[in-house]
Amino acid sequence: MEFQAPAINIAIILPVVIVAGFGLVLMILDMLMEDELRGLGPWISLGGLVLAGLQTIALWLGGSYETFIPVGGHPMVVVDGYAHFFNMLFIITGILAILMSMPYLIKADIDEKAEYYMLLMFSISGMMLMGMANDLLLIFIGLELLSIPLYVMCGIARPREASEESAMKYFLLGAFASGFLVFGLALLYGATGSTALPVVVENFTAGGVIAYTGLAMQLVGLAFKVGAVPFHMWTPDVYEGAPTAVTAFMSVGAKVGGFAAMIRILAEAVPQESAPIWTTAIAIIAAATLILGNVVAISQTNIKRMLAYSSIAHGGYILMAVAALPFSGDAVSASLTYMLTYMFTNLGAFAVIMMVEKSGNRGVLLEDYKGLSKRNLGMALILAYFMFSLIGMPLTGGFIGKFVVFQAAIDANLIWLTIIGVVTAAVSAYYYLRVVFYMFMFDGQGDLEFSPAMMTATTVALVATLAIGFFPGLWLNLARTASLASQLLMAGG
Amino acid sequence: MNVDYLMPYVPVAVLLGIALFLALLLPILSVSLGPKRPHFRKMQPYESGMTAVGKAQRRYPVKFYRVAVLFILFDIDIILIMPWAVALRDLGLFGLGAVMIFIAIFIIGDLWAWKKGLLEWD
Amino acid sequence: MIPLSWYLIVSACLFCIGLYGVMARRNAVAMLMAVELTLNAVNINLIAFWRYNNPGEPIGVAWAIFVLTVAAAEAAVGLALIISIYRQRDSVVAEELDILKY
Repeated sequence: MEFQAPAINIAIILPVVIVAGFGLVLMILDMLMEDELRGLGPWISLGGLVLAGLQTIALWLGGSYETFIPVGGHPMVVVDGYAHFFNMLFIITGILAILMSMPYLIKADIDEKAEYYMLLMFSISGMMLMGMANDLLLIFIGLELLSIPLYVMCGIARPREASEESAMKYFLLGAFASGFLVFGLALLYGATGSTALPVVVENFTAGGVIAYTGLAMQLVGLAFKVGAVPFHMWTPDVYEGAPTAVTAFMSVGAKVGGFAAMIRILAEAVPQESAPIWTTAIAIIAAATLILGNVVAISQTNIKRMLAYSSIAHGGYILMAVAALPFSGDAVSASLTYMLTYMFTNLGAFAVIMMVEKSGNRGVLLEDYKGLSKRNLGMALILAYFMFSLIGMPLTGGFIGKFVVFQAAIDANLIWLTIIGVVTAAVSAYYYLRVVFYMFMFDGQGDLEFSPAMMTATTVALVATLAIGFFPGLWLNLARTASLASQLLMAGG
Repeated sequence: MNVDYLMPYVPVAVLLGIALFLALLLPILSVSLGPKRPHFRKMQPYESGMTAVGKAQRRYPVKFYRVAVLFILFDIDIILIMPWAVALRDLGLFGLGAVMIFIAIFIIGDLWAWKKGLLEWD
Repeated sequence: MIPLSWYLIVSACLFCIGLYGVMARRNAVAMLMAVELTLNAVNINLIAFWRYNNPGEPIGVAWAIFVLTVAAAEAAVGLALIISIYRQRDSVVAEELDILKY
């Protein structure tokens, strides 16, 4: 049998290669460098992410590409607008997470600084792979590359027991979820005879029960990763116990990564005629996620735990758009817009929380926010703005996200789901506004710890949330160009 | 039911049957026919040896686990290189390049583990 | 040849044993072993599908190798976490990990 090498164009996947490569460079430097020079770690990773971002932009301007094409087969990697968009999202998440981590790691007395940035870079490369994968095998590898470094990052504040415990819980449930995911993907492969998404969609109907079982199981696995009810049990514990910088990174990166793969599979690997079955399932999951996330968040007294439930709820809003996928041409761009606003708002809120936090995981209760407006009016106003954006008030980024998602759901005739979404959004106002209420109506003490890096991250997040809130057209167009090809067809016709 | 495809396995089944039969027969014979004269010294963990000290389940030093984890990694390294070795001639330079990249990454990891003191026994 | 469905049944059984193990066992090491069992069920599936559906393309085998690799990485990370937590508390029983709860 004659072997022919697949067609590979490294320039197309260069963003991933740069991010993973800088992780390796950090490893080498960590071996060679003296202790004093280790402080360079975050700056090197930032440099890598900026380089990868520049390459992504250059590629984005050029259009969409395919690479790793086996002879006579389908490409394993497709770098289209969708992948560019997600790559940018992950790179920005990484940059903001690193900016927030620099002062936070010092404050939290975490020694393994070099390891931390390496793991962060490897995890980002996994996320980017999730967005561009066009092959079941690659989706599996991307997910593992995303998850395994995160397990370690959750436990990096050892010997603090809460951190170790959260790592253990995340690991056990995460590994379990990947078992589900890969079992489902294997069944899809078996039922359709190929791992390439274009072939899977062709043979899906012939696959019958096995194909549907596979689809369901891999959805369960991804639902675990994005923290959708009833697979959300790990989320509050892990978010509370992990170092806050990791929580911030994970609440955006892991969730968005899971959705990147989920939307790609559902839009490209599942034929239109099976849509009624899985959209019903997703809509029910979305409704349960919205209700549970928003209602349980009300009773939380720890702000990290509250934001964990709130992030479950935000996953529910994205799932609304996913449920509208086969019926609305705007569903993908709506979910992309939502993830964009969620990223900036959530990271910004976590940045302020990290400034209020004291060493040793103290200062994370709602009580600690009493009188923040008197201690530092600026920070209180900024956090209040992020809270308004999380509710989805007009003139914030969150409003635009919710608006387009609801619109897509109505487009797809999911009126009941839209009503649940609006009602739960109103419920969520209660617990978000309680934070604002605590900040402005009470007296309290305690200082905030400022640092240039943290301020930069907060400013970037704030400006971006404001920009999306006040000039939504630009971002909506951006998300629309990043929509998947199948969706563009639907929107046009 | 068509059982033709099971025919090649008949010898295996026969062997399994004989093995099971012997494995059950011999202990039963020895228990039922052998003489039994229990004695305190005979019941000791080390008959006619030292008196046992401490519990049977001891905590192992953590370095054994470290070595076990390293073993898994090298094991998997070989599994990933093996397919290339099988198809070495067909894959040509492309395969060689791919495997070299893989090994280079793996070596960086190894060196890092070495530098971190993972290979030291004491 | 043994029909494909037999392999799928074995694999499904193995997966269910793993599922049961993760949910029912209390020891973290046992839970880790159960997770590995589910991954092995996946491997049986992959190899069987490859052999019966398209033995010409080695993607099924390649995938099985990747699953093995991931299983090893998870085992390494998991064991490290378990050892770290055991040194702190002398226990690896999942129910005793209860600092964080509602």
